[in-house]
Amino acid sequence: METIEKELLRGGQFLVKETNCEDVFTPEDFNEEQQMMKEAVIEFNDREIIAHRERFEKKDYAFTEECMRKAGELGFLGVAVPEEYGGLGMGFVSTMLVCDYISSGTGSFSTAFGAHTGIGTMPITLYGTEEQKQKYVPQLATGEWFGAYCLTEPGAGSDANSGKTTAVLSDDGKTYKINGQKMWISNAGFCKLFIVFARIEDDKNITGFIVENDPSNGITLGEEEHKLGIRASSTRQVFFNDTVVPVENMLAGRGEGFKIAMNALNVGRIKLAAACLDSQRRITTTAVQYANERKQFKTPIADFGAIKSKIAEMAASAYAGESASYRAAKNIEDRIAIRQASGNTHQEAELKGVEEYAIECSLLKVAVSEDVQNCADEGIQIFGGMGFSEETPMEAAWRDARIARIYEGTNEINRMLSVGMLVKKAMKGHVDLLGPAMKVADELMGIPSFDVPDYSELFSEEKDIIARLKKVFLMVAGSAVQKFGPDLEKHQQLLLNASNILIEIYMAESAILRAEKNAKRIGVEAQEEQIAMAKLYLFNAVEIIKKNGMEGIISFAEGDEQKMMLMGLKRFTKYTNYPNVVELRNTIAEKVKAENKYCF
Amino acid sequence: MKILVCISHVPDTTSKINFTDGDTKFDTNGVQFVINPNDEFGLTRAMWFKEKQGASVDVVNVGGPETEPTLRKALAIGADAAIRVNTEATDGFAVAKQLAKVVKDGAYDLVIAGRESIDYNGGMVPGMLASLIGANFVANCIGLEIEGTSAKAVREIDGGKETVSTSLPLVIGGQKGLVEESDLRIPNMRGIMMARKKPLNVMEPIDPSAETNATSFEKPAPKGAVKLVDADNVDELVSLLHNEAKVI
Repeated sequence: METIEKELLRGGQFLVKETNCEDVFTPEDFNEEQQMMKEAVIEFNDREIIAHRERFEKKDYAFTEECMRKAGELGFLGVAVPEEYGGLGMGFVSTMLVCDYISSGTGSFSTAFGAHTGIGTMPITLYGTEEQKQKYVPQLATGEWFGAYCLTEPGAGSDANSGKTTAVLSDDGKTYKINGQKMWISNAGFCKLFIVFARIEDDKNITGFIVENDPSNGITLGEEEHKLGIRASSTRQVFFNDTVVPVENMLAGRGEGFKIAMNALNVGRIKLAAACLDSQRRITTTAVQYANERKQFKTPIADFGAIKSKIAEMAASAYAGESASYRAAKNIEDRIAIRQASGNTHQEAELKGVEEYAIECSLLKVAVSEDVQNCADEGIQIFGGMGFSEETPMEAAWRDARIARIYEGTNEINRMLSVGMLVKKAMKGHVDLLGPAMKVADELMGIPSFDVPDYSELFSEEKDIIARLKKVFLMVAGSAVQKFGPDLEKHQQLLLNASNILIEIYMAESAILRAEKNAKRIGVEAQEEQIAMAKLYLFNAVEIIKKNGMEGIISFAEGDEQKMMLMGLKRFTKYTNYPNVVELRNTIAEKVKAENKYCF
Repeated sequence: MKILVCISHVPDTTSKINFTDGDTKFDTNGVQFVINPNDEFGLTRAMWFKEKQGASVDVVNVGGPETEPTLRKALAIGADAAIRVNTEATDGFAVAKQLAKVVKDGAYDLVIAGRESIDYNGGMVPGMLASLIGANFVANCIGLEIEGTSAKAVREIDGGKETVSTSLPLVIGGQKGLVEESDLRIPNMRGIMMARKKPLNVMEPIDPSAETNATSFEKPAPKGAVKLVDADNVDELVSLLHNEAKVI
């Protein structure tokens, strides 16, 4: 255990520390049990979900519920739940992979699955009392009951703590009476239990309650919402009218609700990233199969450079998403193990373990939800007119992907949050950003070295670039913090720029570390395509970072300072040997074409 | 009732098939292996006997350590124990010999094998095994009922079905029909966790020599392009069939 602790990065530390490729977990590291779980989930997804895809598109809400029951029978709903409460108590990586491979059939089911296992169940396993856990968790773990999470209100979306729902203590002190209106509640139509957030008196923060769904207790549901995507996910309003809840159903303490809501969302975010991964694989596979079959100008369209470019980009972004998601998942799993070994209960360990990597959770949520959208968009493009038709799966994939950028905290909120959390961590001394930021500032003033480094070893230039991209973030964010202090949070556009830089660093570094690890253990030649994907991802990342760095710098620096920082940006984003991205894309596309699927 | 289900470890049907070493060896690189589909129908039927009539179900494979994940999947689906005979599955007779030893040692009443494995499609093992152990044998079995020591089996025959009555000990070469595709089980998460704790015994082979050895493999020639002939143009069709395809 000690060795893990020594090597294990803290949340956000990736930015200032170099990681060895041996220390990252990659999907190639799944053990036999995880491999078997993955295959079982894929089989379920193929047989129960994908084979009936049109039922979801026709808004068959009852069918979503039926599939959830089947998922319960197969134990998929209890993977993350501790064994003492009827679950399987599996590690974080295993719970991620279930969420990953179960989610690509339709957004309708993956939303129901995510809402139930994540925010519908986790608040109780993480914050519930022993009695609450004994009473409610076993039914949730097996799918006998389904859970839903009532946080959002008509007037309280991103500003979640501003909800107007109230909880009033009865005169005898035994019950609370809940009144209010909740909106966009996933699984509302078939759940037995709500996690409800309400305000007691004039408390600053809201409080969480476990509320059983009982229409005779003042609970009514609005009509099903008709949505762009995830059409068979039951999404309704929930009205509480003098709903009586025993005091023992309060979750954690009074005023702790906002904390619960936020921590539940941390887990929800990384799982949402996972839930977008297999969609990308499947879309890429479906697209390449079509492109190999479809002929125009007497040639399969997959042979055209314009299509190859799309296939390669789709594969590379899925690859980076997988790399970063499982890297973070294993960090969380190890952190939980370390905490448990040092005496934390499972509950405390899990909470703190995930909280530690809240920054990574936010980054992943944003990156992968946008990647799946782009992937689906290009998927439609490869299908051409057919892609626009309901008859092909691309159309639904594109519509379903759209919600991922909105729920579990919008991507804008998550972007700002990621930078905000990082700055806070630095202030608290949990991650030393100040030291490295000062060094970067010194470097800017100094004379740059004109030595040409030895880049002969695999990824040596790429890793050097990653180290320099981290300097871009430290330069931009460091100066911004100096300039604005606590007012930085008001400069939202700058925060978005900083976050975009952070996202690309984490994703590109993860892709490179994975490809390097696999090249070392399997051989460079066998990993040619993985190496190409990592290089292609980095090339794109550098361009995004250049743009965002420039926008950020220009927004707050003037005159000589601006000039110096822009020169720094140029220096930090420089390639000595530019990769031939056309060749990289061709290498990737040829492999995907030959295998006729996303094969990494 | 003691049931033994023979499990072949075969490439997934969607795998790309390639050969190495001058077309003498199957290239397993990048190939995903699964339980032979015919065996999976048999395993599922065995689980039915276990749950409805009471039986123990063991699974066996003749093969190297690389086949263990496939055996463990069978355990995850619900088999009680697994046996791996540690030798390469070369020809049908060599495999049948190894299995005969396992069946005799374990005193199994019913052996369910697939009618053939979908890799080399030999289809010889179940019949040879029955002969080696002196048990009754039903090939191409699409239905099986057991009551006490008597068995009623349905066989697929050309264009129809044949129902036979026989008795244990019995070996069947089973296929789809024993159960339907929709009955096949996805291993549940608890089953997967339990599989780790169930016994997987490795037995050394008896006299593993093969009687026949594959000397080379050949893939079918790739399909040529399809020519579409207009329905009104019978003359062209006839000419193409005669001159190009040379079939008439």
